[in-house]
Amino acid sequence: MLESLKEFAGHFFVTGEPLIYMSDVAIVVVSLAIVFTLTYLKKWKWLWKEWLTTVDHKKIGIMYLISALLMLFRGGVDALLMRTQLALPNLHFLDPQHYNEIFTTHGTIMILFMAMPFLFALFNIVVPLQIGARDVAFPYLNAISFWLFFFGALLFNLSFVIGGSPDAGWVSYPPLTELATDPGPGENFYLLSLQISGIGSIATGINFIVTILKMRAPGMTLMKMPLFSWSVLASCIIIVFAFPALTVALALLMFDRLFGTHFFTMLHGGNPMMYINLFWVWGHPEVYIAVLPAFGVISEVVATFSRKSVFGYKSMVAALMVITVINYLVWAHHFFTMGASAGVNAYFAVATMLVGIPTGVKVFNWLFTMFRGRIRLTLPMLWAIAFIPCFAIGGATGVMLAAAPADYQYHNSFFLIAHFHQTLIGGVVFGLLAGLYYWWPKMFGFILDERLGKWAFWFFNIGFYVCFMPMYALGFMGMTRRVYTYPAETGWTGLNFVSTIGAYLMGIGFLLIVAQVLYSIKYGKRDVTGDPWDGRTLEWALPSPVPHYNFARIPEVSELDAWWHMKQNGETLAAQNKKAPLEPIHMPKNTGRPFIMGVFFFIAGFGFVFNWFWMGAIGLIGVVITLIARSQERDTEYEIPAEEIRRTESALGRL
Amino acid sequence: MTTVAEKRPTNAGHDGGRLPLEYTRHEGPLNILGFWIFLATDVVLFASLFATYFVLRTHVDGGPTDKELFGISGFTIETVLLLTSSFTGSLAVYAMRNGNKKRLLGWLIVTLLLGIAFVGYELHEFLDYAAEGATMQRSAFLSAFFTLVGTHGAHVTFGIIWMASIIVQIARYGIDAINARKTFIVSLYWHFLDIIWIFIFTTVYMMGVVS
Amino acid sequence: MTNGRMQEGKHAPLIPMKNFVGYLLSLVLTFAALALGMAHVLSFGAVMLIMLLLAVLQVVVQLIFFMHFTESDGPRYHIVGLALGAFFALCVIFGSIWIMTFNSQVH
Ligand code: HEM
Ligand SMILES: [Cu+2]
Repeated sequence: MLESLKEFAGHFFVTGEPLIYMSDVAIVVVSLAIVFTLTYLKKWKWLWKEWLTTVDHKKIGIMYLISALLMLFRGGVDALLMRTQLALPNLHFLDPQHYNEIFTTHGTIMILFMAMPFLFALFNIVVPLQIGARDVAFPYLNAISFWLFFFGALLFNLSFVIGGSPDAGWVSYPPLTELATDPGPGENFYLLSLQISGIGSIATGINFIVTILKMRAPGMTLMKMPLFSWSVLASCIIIVFAFPALTVALALLMFDRLFGTHFFTMLHGGNPMMYINLFWVWGHPEVYIAVLPAFGVISEVVATFSRKSVFGYKSMVAALMVITVINYLVWAHHFFTMGASAGVNAYFAVATMLVGIPTGVKVFNWLFTMFRGRIRLTLPMLWAIAFIPCFAIGGATGVMLAAAPADYQYHNSFFLIAHFHQTLIGGVVFGLLAGLYYWWPKMFGFILDERLGKWAFWFFNIGFYVCFMPMYALGFMGMTRRVYTYPAETGWTGLNFVSTIGAYLMGIGFLLIVAQVLYSIKYGKRDVTGDPWDGRTLEWALPSPVPHYNFARIPEVSELDAWWHMKQNGETLAAQNKKAPLEPIHMPKNTGRPFIMGVFFFIAGFGFVFNWFWMGAIGLIGVVITLIARSQERDTEYEIPAEEIRRTESALGRL
Repeated sequence: MTTVAEKRPTNAGHDGGRLPLEYTRHEGPLNILGFWIFLATDVVLFASLFATYFVLRTHVDGGPTDKELFGISGFTIETVLLLTSSFTGSLAVYAMRNGNKKRLLGWLIVTLLLGIAFVGYELHEFLDYAAEGATMQRSAFLSAFFTLVGTHGAHVTFGIIWMASIIVQIARYGIDAINARKTFIVSLYWHFLDIIWIFIFTTVYMMGVVS
Repeated sequence: MTNGRMQEGKHAPLIPMKNFVGYLLSLVLTFAALALGMAHVLSFGAVMLIMLLLAVLQVVVQLIFFMHFTESDGPRYHIVGLALGAFFALCVIFGSIWIMTFNSQVH
C-alpha cells in the first residue's frame, strides 16, 4: 500500500531536480503567505465579493492585467534560464530534456498566457469607456472568459510541479507529441489548458464584437470611433474565426492521445502534417490578434502626445480591415519546407508579402501624425516611438522569411527566433506597455513615476537589441532553434554571450518596471482631473478611477476625438450631468457562478490529463449544471438608485 | 445598460414594422447578434473538421471505405428526422410570435422528440459500424468520420438539454420577452445544426455513395 | 405585449404557408440529391458539383424560410458576420485540401 502510494507520488510529482524542489518550496511558502495574509487582514470576504464574483469590466481587466504580469515574469525567467544555458558552449546548467521543457513553457506562456490576457486587460478596461458604454455586452460571459483563462493558465503552470511540463515546443507538432513518442502527461497539460483558455478567448471575441457594434454612445458612428476600439474589433473578428481551428487541432491531437484515434499518427493512415496545417490556420492569425490592438494603442498614444488628430483616419481603418481579411490567407508560410506543391508555396509567399502593404500604410500614418505635432516625450510616447522602428525591422525580416526558397535556409534557425521576437516584443510587448502606461492612471488613479520608467525603458530597449540582433547573425551562421548547447568550434560563442547579456538587461528592465509600480503606489502623482494627458477620447472625460457604472449619463458624440471636441467647445461631463435629473441605472449583479464553472473546467481538464475519465466526467457534468443554472436564472440585474449616483458624482466633483 | 422600453424598428420582420417581442428588452438584440456571431465561429469549427475529413477520407489503411460503410436508408432517415425537426422548430417560433403558449410548447416538444430520435438513430448507426469492426481506432478515415459526425451529434445532444431547459421556463413563466429571446436563439441553433447536417449528408454520406 | 398581434395570433393557422413551403423545398432538395447520387449517370465531379449547389440552396431555404435571416433591430451586422464565416470556412476547406494534396507517402 505504502509502496504503491510512494510510486504513484514519484510519478505524480516532478522529482529529481533541485530547481524544481526549490520552486516547490517557493510555491508552498507563497501560497501559505497569501492564505495567512488574507486571513489575518480578514480579507476573504472582500476577495470573494469584490473580485472573484465581479462582472465589472474594469475589475476583470485588472485581474487579467495582474495575471499577465505574473505570467510575463514566469516566461521571462524561462527566457533567462535558456539564455544562461546558451551563454557559453557545452554548459550543463540545464540538461536537454529540461531545455526542451523550458522553451516549450516559455513560448506557450508568452503567447497564450501573457500576450492574450494582457490584450484582454486593455480590451476590458478601455473599450467600454472609449465608446461610452456602461459595461460590455455580456458581462456574465466576460467573467466566464476570465475564469476559463485563469484556470487554463493554472492547469498549464501546474505541470511544472505535477506530472511534468510539456516538452515539444509551443506548437506541439505530432508525430513527436503522439503517445508513442511522448507518453508523459506534460503534453496533455498543454492540450487541455490551451483548450480551456481558448474557449474563453472565443467568448471574449464575440463579447467585444457585439459591444463595439451595438453599444456605442449615441452619435458615435463607426467612422467616429477611436482607433483603439477599431483595432479591438479587428482583433476580435480574427479571434472568432481563427480560434475554432485551434480548438479542432488540439481536440484531434487529444483524441489521438486519449482515445487511440489516428489523425496524426504514423500508422493507420494518419497524417501529422494536417495538424500543422490546422495549427497555423489559427497560428498566423494569432499574431495579428496580438499585434492589431498594439497598433491601436500606438494610434491613440501618438495622436494624444502629438496633440493632433491621427493622420489618415480612414486609411487606418481600411488598413485594419484589409489586414483582418488577408491575414487569414497566408498561414502556410509557416511550413514552406513541408514540400507542398510549387503553386502552394508561390501563392503563400506572395500573399504574405501583401500584408506588408497595409502595415506600411499604418507606419507612415503614425509618422505623419507626429510630423509637425507638438510632441511630448512621456512614457507611453517613448514606448510608441520605440515600437515603430523595431516593428518595421521585424516586418522587413518577415518579408525575407516570406520568400519561400530563401526560407529553406532561414527556417527554424535563430534568424527566425530573432524575427518573431522582434515583432512580438518590439510590436506586441512595446505596444502593450505603451498602453499600460497610458491607461494606468485611468485604472488606478495615479501616474507611474517617470524617472524609474525611463530607466526601465532604456534598459529594456537597449537590452532588446543587444539580445536579438546577434541572433540574426547566429541564424545565418547555422545555429538552429531549440538546441540546448553547441560546441565551441562552431564559432558561435561570442554572439551568444552578447545575446545573453542583452537578455539580462531586459530582465533588469522588467524589475525596474516592478520597482516603478511599487514606488508609484506610494509616491506617484495622483490623477485628480481624470485627464492627465490632455486626452482626446471619451475615457478621459471620466474621473480616475472610474465609478462602477462608468457614465452617470451617456454622452452624445458628434465627432471623432469626442472628448477633445467637447473640451474645445468648453463642455464637460459635469455640465451634461447637470442638464437634467439623473436616472437610475440597471447593472448586472455579481455572481460566483463563472468562478465555479472555471473550477469545474479545471477539474475536468485535470482528470483528462491523467486519463482519469471519472474525474473528467465529474468536471464536465459540473459545467453543464452551471450552464443550466444560468439558463434558468431570470433576475440578473439590479438598479442603482438615482440618489446614489448623485452622491457618487458630486463626491467626484462631477455635479 | 438602461432598459429600452420600446425600440425603434428598422429592419424588423413581418408584422408591420414593430419589432418582435424578443428584441424588446435591452439585452435581446445583443444576445441575438452575439448568437449569430457564435454560429459564424461554429461554421469555422465545422469547416476545420470537414477539411480534416476531406484530407483523410481516402486514408483507410486497408479497412472499410466510405462506400462500403454507409447505408443509404440509415442516413436518409436521419436526414428526414432532422429536416422535420427544423420545420417544427420554425413552427414553434411562429406560435410564439402569435402569443400561443400551448402551441409553442407543443411544437417545441415535438422538435425535441425528433431530435432525440435523430440522436438515437445516429448512435445506433455508430454502434452498427463498430460491430463491423469500423471503429474510430481503425483508420484515419474512420477517426475523421466519427469525429465530424459525432461533433454534430454532440451539438444536437446539447441542443436537446438546452431546449428542455427552455420548455420548463416557458411552462412556468409563459411567453415574455426573456423567454421569447431564449426560444428564438435556441431555434437559430437548431436550424444551424440542420444546415451543418446538410453538408454532412452531401459531402460525407452522398460523396461516399457516389464515389 | 404592446400590440394587437397577440389577439389576432389566436386565429393564426397551425402551419403557415411559408414554413410549409420551406419544409417541402428542403425535402425536395434532399431527395433530388439522393436520386442524382443513386442514378450513376454523371461523372463523380459533376454529381458532386450539382449536389453542392443543392446543398447551398438548402441553406438558403433554412435561412429565409426558418431563421428570419433578414430580421434585425439595426444594421444587419449578423449577415456580414455569417458571410465572413462562410468565406473563411471555404478558405480553410479548399486551402487545406490544396495544401495537403502534395505527394503524400502516407495512405
Ligand atoms: C525577455 C525577453 C525574451 C527573451 C530573452 C526570449 C528568448 C527566447 C529564447 C532563447 C527562445 C528559444 C530559442 C530556442 O532555443 O529555440 C525563445 C523562444 C520563443 N519565444 Fe522568447 N524570449 C523573450 C520574450 C518573448 C516574448 C515576449 C514572446 C511572446 C510574446 C516570446 C515568444 C517565444 C516563442 C513563441 C518561442 C518559441 C518556443 C518554441 O520554440 O516552441 N518570447 N525565446
Ligand atoms: Cu505567420
